[in-house]
Amino acid sequence: MRGQPAMTRLDDALATLGPIAPRNLSRRAGLLAGFGGGLLLAIGVPPQPARAQAMGGIAHARKVSAYLTIQPDGRIRLLNPFAEGGQGIHTAVAQIVAEELDADLAAFEVTTAPAGADYQVLFNGTRRVTGGSFSIRNSFQHFRVLGATARAMLVTAGAARLGVPAADITTEPGFVLHAASARRIPYGDLAAAAAALPVPGDAEPKSPARFRLIGTPARRLDTRAKSTGAAQYGIDMRVEGMLQGAILHAPRAGAEPGEVLNEAALKAMPGVHSVHRLPGAVAVLADSFWRARRAVEAAEVAWTALSGQPVVPEDFSSDGMREALRAQADAPGNPARDAQGDAPAALRSAAKVITADYDAPYLAHAQLEPPSATVRFNADGTLDVWTPNQAPEAFQAIAAREAALDAGRVRIHSPLMGGFFGRHFTYGQYHPMNQAIRLARAVDRPVKVIWSREEEFARDAYRPMGFARLRAGLDSEGRLVALHATVPGEGPVAKHFGGARLGNPPLDTSAVEGVAFKPYAIPNRRVDWAHVPHPVNVGFWRSVGHSMNDFFYEAFLDEVAEAAGADPLAFRRAHLEASPRHQALLDAVVDLAGGWRRGPFAAADGTRRARGLAMASPFGTEVATIAEVSLRDGEAVVHDLFVAIDPGSIVNPAIIAAQVESAACIGLSSAAFEEVVFEGGRPQQRNFDTYRILTRAEMPKVHVRIVQSGAPMGGVGEPGTPGVPPAVANAIAVLTGRRVRSLPFARNRLGEA
Amino acid sequence: MVEISVNGATRRVDVEGDTPLLWVLRDTLGLTGTKYGCGVAQCGACTVLIEGAAMRSCQLPVESVAGQRITTIEAIEADPVGARLVAAWVALDVPQCGYCQSGQLMAATALLKETPQPAEADIAAAMTNLCRCGTYNMIAAGIRQAADAA
Repeated sequence: MRGQPAMTRLDDALATLGPIAPRNLSRRAGLLAGFGGGLLLAIGVPPQPARAQAMGGIAHARKVSAYLTIQPDGRIRLLNPFAEGGQGIHTAVAQIVAEELDADLAAFEVTTAPAGADYQVLFNGTRRVTGGSFSIRNSFQHFRVLGATARAMLVTAGAARLGVPAADITTEPGFVLHAASARRIPYGDLAAAAAALPVPGDAEPKSPARFRLIGTPARRLDTRAKSTGAAQYGIDMRVEGMLQGAILHAPRAGAEPGEVLNEAALKAMPGVHSVHRLPGAVAVLADSFWRARRAVEAAEVAWTALSGQPVVPEDFSSDGMREALRAQADAPGNPARDAQGDAPAALRSAAKVITADYDAPYLAHAQLEPPSATVRFNADGTLDVWTPNQAPEAFQAIAAREAALDAGRVRIHSPLMGGFFGRHFTYGQYHPMNQAIRLARAVDRPVKVIWSREEEFARDAYRPMGFARLRAGLDSEGRLVALHATVPGEGPVAKHFGGARLGNPPLDTSAVEGVAFKPYAIPNRRVDWAHVPHPVNVGFWRSVGHSMNDFFYEAFLDEVAEAAGADPLAFRRAHLEASPRHQALLDAVVDLAGGWRRGPFAAADGTRRARGLAMASPFGTEVATIAEVSLRDGEAVVHDLFVAIDPGSIVNPAIIAAQVESAACIGLSSAAFEEVVFEGGRPQQRNFDTYRILTRAEMPKVHVRIVQSGAPMGGVGEPGTPGVPPAVANAIAVLTGRRVRSLPFARNRLGEA
Repeated sequence: MVEISVNGATRRVDVEGDTPLLWVLRDTLGLTGTKYGCGVAQCGACTVLIEGAAMRSCQLPVESVAGQRITTIEAIEADPVGARLVAAWVALDVPQCGYCQSGQLMAATALLKETPQPAEADIAAAMTNLCRCGTYNMIAAGIRQAADAA
């Protein structure tokens, strides 16, 4: 077992947020009465940033009964603080517990834990979210101690049952064993007795040298349910007596519904129960979703004056926003913390200066399951909520405020998520849960609200548009002596946590990560952040700022290498001389790819190909990516992606490989095709017919090599994403002789050099 | 009232005739394994078999399939081809979030019933459903494994 993982930049940002402080919520309730709004995580803010705070901790690791139930039949129920949305966290957490408990992984049934203090496994036992690629790296020790403690209790109970000293007892998966008398007892027979014992405070996890499960490609627990239609997602929820709600949001965020002009006609439609005005939306309740949707889409609504909620201006466009960002590209900003030397001065004296502007568009999460929420007010004064979420306590607080209940009366159920990628935090006032609570109150029945795909794309919290101006200085030897970048814009941290929480001087790490915090040895470097707010809602999207910033930086780095007359791989190596970890990672990716060849070269199939390279350092993990690309019909064809990933140490290599392939896919999809365009304050892409995502036809082969350097454990869910856009862009530049500096690639027809 | 045949059983459903089959399956019959993703026949999460052919049920008026044989994911293992595919999916841990996989499996079932030993091009042509988790390569591997198991 290693020490506490080092904090990364996003960790830093979230660490400043501190523990949940419900009193702040109640104080704010007066201000935000009505459509409970919101702060992303609905958390209080301590007066002092708590950056030194441990990320994980074992504060709750001995609360065995809060997490584990071993049934008489040997099945083991585990409540996981984290939510499962495809990343394999239910399996990986069970794998850790099974290791230390000495149980069969297949015996586990894992569900997401309800809201509650016992499940705050992050930030030294004070908070939890499923995000930031936090989960395993920050709960590894917690779950080891938990499993070891439960095992110790079973051993004690077994010794008592057999009348032998505990020291003579061992275990094998699922059994307590007394070898001397060849007797064994199934855990299921001992669970009740074990649960009645005092919880030992000193049970130690086993030595990693004795791991039998951790580090193996153990099978996932939920595959069969997901392969037979049996898996239940939030959208599948059904409760007795419920009505179904369909929503029509205002054409532009901020408008409010006045009169529904044809309300009587809507009410006369088949199955329609009632028509409702909600903040920023109209809803129809009916006995089925289709009937509700058909009615709400027929609604003729007089949208009226803008509310006090955030408003998207009528003349807002993404083209205009890009220019607004560009206008601040030379503005003085606040420097990221890794600044050193004097980059502006070094640029003035450099032998050669290279400058370029890069940008990337707004993106939709486009998780395949549209958002939904099912709510039921119960006769005992409690409220049940089923909704996909990455933060049960935040949703509980918001639901309580919306329903005017004490939080303790709100039960948050966190079903399997049909993809999330950052979508299921609470990003503000428009959410199916808030809407369903209002509607259920109004009609005194349970309600399920589903957002149609069109409504989802219209009210997503988008990956922000990004922009960077990069300036590099080379000395006469072709070494990089200065890098000064300006990143005007706003990430989800500044958007949802507010300026007061960005430190002093204020810095939105979620806006600059991937341009800042790069590993290259550059004596003079500075990344400035200039705050330019987005009028539209923005949120966390797989790998957050890295999703575009590593594209800006690593594509620019290839430009700089070219100006220096250097090969991109050699140029990177030359600026990583002092970092064996990065050199080893480059060795690994080059080996995985069968050697480095930039190209262009003729492939066996007759295509003309090139390779591009990029590095990224997201979420405590290091990644090197090589893309092999050709051109066809003006588009890039990506044949192979080679990804070497070093998360320090690992739990399940099969899940990591799957996550890297998944992350690489969404990275390529975003770089190649994806873009939400705003015109007239409205998003133009409302469904998959206009929001193109990567299909099977464009899916490259993805080759993954996991490197375990022994560095503190890093994240695995997101790090595969950021290297792909620049690796592909760098290969495209070789083939076309032209730099793509604006994403997506599909915006321009790519031609051969 | 429309009469349809779902997974071998005749069902009478009291809905408007132009209701998409998807919502009849999900809301009226409680067969929620068939998923809603886009509603415009783009993503394929709603794919079912109509007389053995893969169809996107979000754009199929229920009256248009009256009297035809409808198969959903809930009955996939009743079909030997479907059962082999499920076995391959399980063996390879194909799904991630899993939301698209019902549709993927129905499309794959239709493919293998038509083309028991598909070439790569056959898989590419038949498997057009979206997967946001990027399981496309694993899906293709699952199809090949199921084909080899036949």
